[in-house]
Amino acid sequence: MNILLIAELQDGQIRPGSLSALTFARQVALETDGSVRWLLLGENLEAATTEAARYAPVLFCDAAIFAATAADSWAAAIAEVVSTGNFDLVVAASGTFAKDVITRSAGLLGGAMASDVLGHAFVDGRLQLQRGMYAGSILATVTLLGSPQIVTIQPSAYAAAEPGETPATVTNEQIDTSRLPQNIRIEHLESKRGGRPDVTEAAVVVSGGRAIKSSEDFESLVGGLADTLHAAAGSSRVLVDAGIAPNELQVGQTGKIVAPEVYLALGISGAVQHMAGMKNSKVIVAVNNDPDAPIFEVADYGMVGDVYEVVPQLIERLG
Amino acid sequence: MKILVPTKRVPDTDQRITIREDTHQIDDAQLPYIVNPFDAIAIEEAIRIREAGPQEVEIVAVGIGVAEYEKELRTALAMGADRALIIRCDAVLDPWNVAGILKRVVERETPDLVLMGKQAVDDDASQVGQFLAALLDWPQATFASNIECTEKGLRLEREIDAGIETVQIPLPAVVTADLRLNEPRYASLPSILKARKKPIEEIAIEELDYSIEPRVELIALAAPNQTRSCQRVDSVDRLVDALQEVLP
Repeated sequence: MNILLIAELQDGQIRPGSLSALTFARQVALETDGSVRWLLLGENLEAATTEAARYAPVLFCDAAIFAATAADSWAAAIAEVVSTGNFDLVVAASGTFAKDVITRSAGLLGGAMASDVLGHAFVDGRLQLQRGMYAGSILATVTLLGSPQIVTIQPSAYAAAEPGETPATVTNEQIDTSRLPQNIRIEHLESKRGGRPDVTEAAVVVSGGRAIKSSEDFESLVGGLADTLHAAAGSSRVLVDAGIAPNELQVGQTGKIVAPEVYLALGISGAVQHMAGMKNSKVIVAVNNDPDAPIFEVADYGMVGDVYEVVPQLIERLG
Repeated sequence: MKILVPTKRVPDTDQRITIREDTHQIDDAQLPYIVNPFDAIAIEEAIRIREAGPQEVEIVAVGIGVAEYEKELRTALAMGADRALIIRCDAVLDPWNVAGILKRVVERETPDLVLMGKQAVDDDASQVGQFLAALLDWPQATFASNIECTEKGLRLEREIDAGIETVQIPLPAVVTADLRLNEPRYASLPSILKARKKPIEEIAIEELDYSIEPRVELIALAAPNQTRSCQRVDSVDRLVDALQEVLP
């Protein structure tokens, strides 16, 4: 298959999730005797195109209109590159960028799309894709009908790709940006994550749930242990709903899906919708004062205890 | 202003989902159904826009599916939607075809705003709103956690991976609702009784001149066993030992 991989950039850098999507794309290319190219859209892309070219050939369009990711102009640009380049598979990493932009471009390209893919196989020459449904309690295997096909990859399901031996080509893609729709005006972005790693990208995630009573306690207990372990902070939905934790930390069916080396669940009871976001973590450690909490069913190590007593001791002992 | 709220009926989220022997369908014989929780948030938001005034707002709830769908649409009407449409269609639809049918509905109803949930909690695809916006060539704002009507259209806050993004879009537009947009009201008994008299228009799929073209073929469903054997530790010392062993 002739594959176009849409790079997701953050602060001018390629996000690690895009490298996981590249691993999927390379495997499909290998299986189908196809090829993979990046598409980078943005402004001041020089550093990012150089970095991307270490992995695969790059198409890019550097223009002011792409400085912010407005779904209408981005989706139209992506659809145009896919059509003119005769790509038959479009790949990107899952996340709100992909849900907003890539899904809209799929709507312009005929709608053969699978989101948040966890695995794939070739059966009788057809690409079969696995994805979760019903908060991850059901795994569906599907194939897409028609061309092009659009697939977003759950980054935790694929290891990050390694660079190639020599840098690949970089090609300036001509897009007539004056013809793109521009009806979405992005005013500003407010981020509260602070200096901690992104919850989807960290090797260790420390996550807090209902047992945490205030923002201050969240910061001192969850944030404190996260900083001690150089980990990301995460949260269950209930704390975000209550305004105790910021939305970008929410792990679960409707938040972020994570699969770190170690996931520490502090005072999280284990609602199905939360477990959908973390149960594929390699090791799960849970602390909860309820010995019957469902979180212990998916945990490798569990301690029955009060996070307000246990966590300060962990910070001291592991610091 | 006219607001169209597409809804989906989904199994109640506290139910355990099991699969039929043919591995192609879930076993829904005993399952209670509800309005997709994110669509309920969209209905609530449409009602709040109407309540905020001063403009007149008409709220039309839409469902696509089987005859039993009437129950969930009555819930939408009891919450405060003015009327409802049910597009009768017995086929299983993928997001592309749901969006295609909704486009036809939008062409009939000509709403100023399509407001719907950011995802349905059954297939968790999160595609229909964006597909519909693309098909209509309308601006979109996904994952809205705040909506404000302005002279030029809408100003919204969106919950994205990096934080909260503020955007402005003109109408007509497609907006998808996130969790924190509001907390849907429970319908009162009088409004439930009143909703029985509100109109539900039934439209056969054939009337919409839409041909279903599947884009997703289901091969099989499986229910992976995710349970692990949990080693219980009974002291902080033991917990520290366990962590030191597993931390990278």
